[in-house]
Amino acid sequence: MNAVRIATTVNGVRYERDVEARMLLVDFLREELDLVGTHVGCEHGVCGTCTVLMNGESIRSCITFAVQADGQEITTVESLANGDMHPLQEAFWEQQGLQCGYCTPGMLLRAQEILAANPDPTREQVKEEISSNLCRCTGYAFIIDAVLDAAQRMRTIGGEPAPGADQEPATEVPEVPERVPGGEEARA
Amino acid sequence: MTLTEHPPTRVVSGERKWVGQSIRRLEDPKFLLGKGGYIDDMRVRGMLHAALVRSPHAHARIASIDTTAAKQLPGVFAVVTGADAAELTDPMPDFGPAPDKTTWRCLAVDKVRYVGEGVVAVLAESRYIAEDAADLVEVEYELLEPVVDPEAALRDDAALVHEPLGSNVAYERTFTFGDVERDFADSEVVVKDRLRWHRSGGQPLETVGAIANFDRGTGMLTINTNTLSFTSYLFLLAGTLKVPANKLDVIPHPAGGSFGSKLWAVKVSAIAGMLSKVSGRPVKYLEDRVDNIANCDHHGSDRVYDVELALSREGIMRSMRVRSLDDYGAYIQFGVGHHGNALAQVTGPYRIGSVQYTVTAVMTNKCQQGAYRGFGSEVNNWMLERMVDLAAKELHLDPVEIRRRNFIGKDEFPYYIPTGNVYDSGDYERVLDTALELADLDRWRAEQAKAREEGRYIGIGLVTCAERSVFSATEFWFWFDEPGAPVTSMPESVTLSVDATGGITATLYSCAFWGNSPETMVAQLVAEEFDCEPQDVSVVYAGSRNGLPATGPGGSRTTVMLAGAVEGASGRIKDKALKVAEHLLEAAPDDLEWAGGGVQVKGSPDKRKSLADIAIQTHLFKHSLPEEIESGLEASKVYDHPYTTMPNADRSNLGVFYPFVGHACHIPIIEVDPQTGEVTFLKYIAVHDCGTLVNPRSLAGHITGGTVQGIGTALFEEYVYDEDGNLQTQSYMDYLIPTAMEAPEFVIGHCETPSPWTPHGIKGGGEGGRMMAPAAIAAAIDDALAPLGVRATALPATPARIVEWIESAWAR
Repeated sequence: MNAVRIATTVNGVRYERDVEARMLLVDFLREELDLVGTHVGCEHGVCGTCTVLMNGESIRSCITFAVQADGQEITTVESLANGDMHPLQEAFWEQQGLQCGYCTPGMLLRAQEILAANPDPTREQVKEEISSNLCRCTGYAFIIDAVLDAAQRMRTIGGEPAPGADQEPATEVPEVPERVPGGEEARA
Repeated sequence: MTLTEHPPTRVVSGERKWVGQSIRRLEDPKFLLGKGGYIDDMRVRGMLHAALVRSPHAHARIASIDTTAAKQLPGVFAVVTGADAAELTDPMPDFGPAPDKTTWRCLAVDKVRYVGEGVVAVLAESRYIAEDAADLVEVEYELLEPVVDPEAALRDDAALVHEPLGSNVAYERTFTFGDVERDFADSEVVVKDRLRWHRSGGQPLETVGAIANFDRGTGMLTINTNTLSFTSYLFLLAGTLKVPANKLDVIPHPAGGSFGSKLWAVKVSAIAGMLSKVSGRPVKYLEDRVDNIANCDHHGSDRVYDVELALSREGIMRSMRVRSLDDYGAYIQFGVGHHGNALAQVTGPYRIGSVQYTVTAVMTNKCQQGAYRGFGSEVNNWMLERMVDLAAKELHLDPVEIRRRNFIGKDEFPYYIPTGNVYDSGDYERVLDTALELADLDRWRAEQAKAREEGRYIGIGLVTCAERSVFSATEFWFWFDEPGAPVTSMPESVTLSVDATGGITATLYSCAFWGNSPETMVAQLVAEEFDCEPQDVSVVYAGSRNGLPATGPGGSRTTVMLAGAVEGASGRIKDKALKVAEHLLEAAPDDLEWAGGGVQVKGSPDKRKSLADIAIQTHLFKHSLPEEIESGLEASKVYDHPYTTMPNADRSNLGVFYPFVGHACHIPIIEVDPQTGEVTFLKYIAVHDCGTLVNPRSLAGHITGGTVQGIGTALFEEYVYDEDGNLQTQSYMDYLIPTAMEAPEFVIGHCETPSPWTPHGIKGGGEGGRMMAPAAIAAAIDDALAPLGVRATALPATPARIVEWIESAWAR
């Protein structure tokens, strides 16, 4: 039925496939390429769970057709870790930037895009920009912490520490009593 | 046990190495790498895909169904109507008051009762084709009068959702706990109000899904799903699917969120199982988002309250009369268990002496209620705190002061509330003081005064709420005089297996990963017992078949119950290890002790055997050990509910059914724009006490996450049905979930008042902030708009509702 030939690069690998014109990009990634790290959330382009990058820009793969990826470069969560975890993944782990993990791939890719545009964002900037993606578990505070922590890690990778990077990281593995997102934590 | 004979008090050791540490979660790496193993990530050779035809009408008779065109579509394997399904399956498991009169099936038969109810299931080689075929099914409906408004549903001339029931009231009863008449007569002040809590729901980003695989050769039905819970009750699902219970195996997958809504979400498994039996092929059925919004069987509470609170002139609360009309929707799968949750802590943290409680459960043409974080007790918290604030206003008392005057004192525990439930322990003053200290209220009161001069409306809310944990299922049946049942044990089980190298595996029997931290928590508890590293403990989830008795997550029970099971299994392993060590060290049992992850001669740490030394002996060299020691080093513990008692015969005392009761104080600071009705958070202080903490940061995650869900409930989220019963909120364009922009900056505080009756003194806290946030935000709105005379009596307090309140206050 209406097969269309597409050639697309996903995580640096070139694929040529015949797909139905109506096949959604998220289904192409999951069902045709077995890249199941990209998840389906609201199926409506609202929640951002299905976020992937197309030529470095975030898109909602649940409302994008696979044919629109023809000739484009797609990046999914599977590209992040290269043996070791990506600093974004390290930071999300360290800051408990996830609970159920379902929104996490979309969050990671959106965070990558945010930090590519602005390597040293303020808390307010991260909050506003990550509001493109819904998380139902964390209440966002830990996610914002994680993005800020990742920014710090990424600024200091492979060379001179970035300005301001000589300070303590925003959040360390919390000892007790601990700090908590966006503020203080006290333990009586 | 008699009603007031509680378990012996445990001595809680303050010296802990791993319990209480905010270690990184062991679950996380696979999710970060995109390898979570969710149900939709699984593919089975030969697997077919299902889609549903859903009802577009709230209430209609099914006149005819034409499946001809759908069946002819290439790639379609089966088209199953509700009538077919009624032959293939028995009704769905139903814990409601009259399952024979409100019969619930996996697909509608004869008539549809809400928009979104499944009418026909289609099975095809791909989901795309299944949905194409679903579009080709032609259903003719004869429209019936929709029953939408729960109060109108009570009228004699209302249409009936279930004709055999004879009315739209599924359950109604008034309970009286203590001498309500006397206490009201003795009170100088009675405040009354009508309060309206509209329905919202968990809305996990991952919907419910199942892959069923019926093996016609063996008769075995295997269902992989993201909803395993109530393992010991799965024989009921086997009954629905007409397979013997010992031929059903339900295998858990991580869930992309639940918040209660995947607790016993068995309809999806029933549909997949039915279609696999029909086709002889593996079948995947995964709800789409519309299914999950409209047809998930897990909408939250939907209550109209009429409440009277009686007090002395000094603000001492004496008694309450509560009438709760609850719009249950089209079916009532859990009965009114949600009100059992309310009755577990109906008087909150206060010394209220008596309560009259009427529950009226109404059937309407809406999706049925299920579970959502709080299970009805969060609604009670909101109702009670709204009334306390009303009393404070009436008596010109400070909201803090009226609460202090009524707190159960820290020396009064265990405290039996009028309904019969017990609160094990608490220190409410300490929680309140901690929150006040963190909140810096004087500064905010000054900011508020300054803002008011500028025409801006800052508000400070404060609530103090109970947080019950670890339910016993008596709350599902004490509503009825008959049939009676013995007290229900609701066990949880763990097997610990020590391999030949001393490595420990913990097997859980009911507990899928739901976004909580069962692996991390169990690993910390095991590491505490065996003095190993948590990351060296392997945690696995068993399927249901031939598993040990298990209940699963719900009612904030997981941590306490698994801690009991880990403790018991660990003790058995240590007992055996000691026996082996006696032989290896040639020492008398009294001379040996468990220390540093092994067994040593007391006072001689050089004479010791590690767990690995002992394990290899038991695995490989049994014949060198005494006769009575068998090979291997493994032990299980089935941990039953540690304290639950029977209700009395006339139900004036419901017994103990939710005994580990935490506490929290929330103080949101907000600004309300009176022109637009928009609420902005300036700060949010939350202090929780749920006993000894296993992983403080994990709990903090439940507090922040639950609070933001509570913000959704308080301000944005509602499943809106119009007057014809059409669901107006069928996507996230209309059902509004808070984003990072709506979430506050938090200050979290922990207090720890150990439970005297649980391992380490742990209480449950998983329902977190959603237990308190709606009440706290309502109080903050009142405070912000106090100059305008607004009282928030309904939620969600959407911008439109807030503007309406302001306008009607002006009109007065």
